[in-house]
Amino acid sequence: MPSLDDLKKRIKSVKSTQKITKAMKMVAAAKLRKAQENAEKGRPYSQKMQNIILNLTKSMNDPQNAPKLLIGTGKDKIYLCVVLTADRGLCGGFNSNICKLAKTNFKKILSEGKELKIITVGTKGLDQIRREYGKYVIKKFSFKNKKQITFNEAEIIGKEIINLFIQNQFDKCILFYNNFKNVITQIPQAQQIIPAENSSSKDKEENLTSYEFEPEEDEILEDLIPKNISTQVFKAFLENAASEQGSRMTAMDNATRNAGELVDKLTINYNRSRQASITKELIEIISGAESL
Amino acid sequence: MSENFTVEIISPDKSILKSEATEVTIPSYEGQMGILKDHIPLITFLRPGLIIIKKNNSGEKKFFVEDGTVEFLKNNLLILTSTAKSLDSLDKNSIDIIIKNSQEKIDKGEISDKEKYLLSYKIDTLREINQ
Repeated sequence: MPSLDDLKKRIKSVKSTQKITKAMKMVAAAKLRKAQENAEKGRPYSQKMQNIILNLTKSMNDPQNAPKLLIGTGKDKIYLCVVLTADRGLCGGFNSNICKLAKTNFKKILSEGKELKIITVGTKGLDQIRREYGKYVIKKFSFKNKKQITFNEAEIIGKEIINLFIQNQFDKCILFYNNFKNVITQIPQAQQIIPAENSSSKDKEENLTSYEFEPEEDEILEDLIPKNISTQVFKAFLENAASEQGSRMTAMDNATRNAGELVDKLTINYNRSRQASITKELIEIISGAESL
Repeated sequence: MSENFTVEIISPDKSILKSEATEVTIPSYEGQMGILKDHIPLITFLRPGLIIIKKNNSGEKKFFVEDGTVEFLKNNLLILTSTAKSLDSLDKNSIDIIIKNSQEKIDKGEISDKEKYLLSYKIDTLREINQ
């Protein structure tokens, strides 16, 4: 049985932890609103961009000569996995969910006898991946000191990916990030960006249109595809940012509630032991008086 | 029958404009281009210039862009750009500064022809706005 003093100290410490988690929750909630707004505003751009690319791919008359970035190298020997995570912890299962999905994929890729290369963005993901797959990590990015991630950061990553591709460093590129569905649910996702994946092709098969191009088709593709890759990375960033805040908010909400419960329990314990000691003292006095 | 089609300008962080229009003029990479309803499907690039959106009788809206991608499909004009600015939001001084910077870049001469081409259009357009 802990002494009264110990209990008092514990209650105090739990209460101050609760204050911290509560504050973090508030901050996350405020940031979430902004991040969510950004993510939702950013969606049309990346979606439309992807649509244009898909339409282009379908209406291409000469698939053999299409830019490699669009159709891939034709092999699938080396995989480049880009894992986007947060730079901070205390956000529930956010980082581990991405890493879990990424690791399952890594395992699959390796078990098929293919080569694996990893780029991590954000320090938390690196920490988790380093343990098992450290030797595959070829590049690590962190934008810890940036307050808000803008298109520029996405472009840095996009350029890096394209550079590696031009040097024939990989055949396929997959992005891992959390897709923001709502505050409570974030779905870890793997999106293949090179070659451009035709995920929703079936329902759009009928609107095959041939475009008029100005300038020439290949010139457009040459310019558009790198842009699209950066855009997709940027979208992943935005989704990730919103997911991180959402995930942190729920995690901190839970933590605050748990702390409250703990304080209640400890307070009851404290009151009981105080009452017990009072009763004990009373009994001692009474029995002392009786024995006289 | 209505002569309108929809035009959308979207930047990576937000949707700038979505409205009906009867005619849109865009500064396509190879020259000005006017788009009316039922234009054939089109994909093109933008160089620096002015997007002018006209609507029947409610005047016109102008945007300054530096680059972007344009898709026209099924009477939907989609302009993807990261640099669109409404003319109202630009003031003379800031334009002067941009012109000066661009001119310096050209004078330095360390840039490719393509960049020079784009920059000179940028300067021309901005001068025009300032007049």
